[in-house]
Amino acid sequence: MIPASFDYHAPKTLSEAVGLLERYRDEAKVLSGGQSLLPLLKLRLGQVAHVVDIGRVPGLEYIKEEGGFLKIGGRTRESTLERSELIRSKYPILADTTAVIADPLVRNLATVGGNLAHGDPANDHPATMLALGAEVVATGPKGERTIPIEKFFIGLFTTALAPDEILTEIKIPIPPPRSGGAYLKLERKVGDFATAASAAQLTLGKNGEVERVGLALTNAGPKPVKANQAERYLKGKQLDDKAIAEAARLASQDCDPTADRRGSVEYKREMARVLSTRALKKAAQRAGGQ
Amino acid sequence: MAKHKIGVSVNGTGCEAEVESRLLLVHFIRDMLRLTGTHIGCDTTHCGACTVLLDGEPVKSCTVLAVQADGREVMTVEGLEQNGQLHPLQEGFWEKHGLQCGYCTPGMMMTGYALLKSNAKPSEEEIRKAISGNLCRCTGYVNIVKAVQHAAARLR
Repeated sequence: MIPASFDYHAPKTLSEAVGLLERYRDEAKVLSGGQSLLPLLKLRLGQVAHVVDIGRVPGLEYIKEEGGFLKIGGRTRESTLERSELIRSKYPILADTTAVIADPLVRNLATVGGNLAHGDPANDHPATMLALGAEVVATGPKGERTIPIEKFFIGLFTTALAPDEILTEIKIPIPPPRSGGAYLKLERKVGDFATAASAAQLTLGKNGEVERVGLALTNAGPKPVKANQAERYLKGKQLDDKAIAEAARLASQDCDPTADRRGSVEYKREMARVLSTRALKKAAQRAGGQ
Repeated sequence: MAKHKIGVSVNGTGCEAEVESRLLLVHFIRDMLRLTGTHIGCDTTHCGACTVLLDGEPVKSCTVLAVQADGREVMTVEGLEQNGQLHPLQEGFWEKHGLQCGYCTPGMMMTGYALLKSNAKPSEEEIRKAISGNLCRCTGYVNIVKAVQHAAARLR
């Protein structure tokens, strides 16, 4: 399969890249790792007149803690995230997530920013970033603006990014002590999108009560799903089995999956419940609770 | 649509060409350079038959544009053999019957090659994980794992 014709641009600086997007707007698409965009163009599910490859723009690949945030450069590759000692030791939910995205070969090119900017509710980072309360930095002609992740996903393949903006950074508030998170995914085989997946991030108080909770689901609706009811229910509660079971039940009500070859609506909802139970338990364990 | 002049080092040899924007790396390798060892399998980023090394890392060449490889190094399965001597990986696939139809083999070898570069003594689990983006419909993977282990032992 060969994509329809397009013009290819390889800007050497961020401002040059933004300039191209400003010029071509809806006619252009950003190529980061290309692992979502190129299949789309090859299958002719999408067509674009101008591909702006940010692969040669310096300074977009980094993972660092700074000013109270974990900052991940938009073009940071999944394989880099996967190998990062900082991520493995301090952000296990991100390590869980990156390890189940596509397959190792795809992860050598796929980028974290691309995984979010593609706006696919079946992608794995959106739920994790929702659970972590991340922010997204978009760079456009007027400079940078920060978008809270809850406001980032508008609908199927649609994000808050303007046509002339590039997702340049993901900012995650550094979790306080007694925090832990986990991402659990059910997939038919390596490389498949989730039948269901759940991301849980917890911070426990001194007496073991839930101080902060983020719970979100992958491939469970037209956009990444934040389990608001479940989060509200858990806040301030002791995390015993009963509370976790009720939160997971509420999460399965929060989602709106569609039936496909991966399963029926009922099955996916049930799997969302099971995985939310397990993710919350694992998050609590990692937070140092029970 | 615009054409682009690219220069790519393929198996250590500099190759220059003028390519269309939409030309995929795998087509550049197979159709322009006539290096047909790299296979096209699913053409949808699943099977890994088209795996080549791009700057030393295994990637699916059906999901990379040829222009993206401009100025970079590509290694294909043809780059394994040196002076008529099979690479220990190729020898491993021979000795351990790591293939039947052979379609996935070039991709398996390139992924195995990259694995052994970064991990000289991978466990069975590490090998299985590394090749999880390369599909084989014949062997059930058992002999492919043995082939990589054979190569690992030979390379140590």
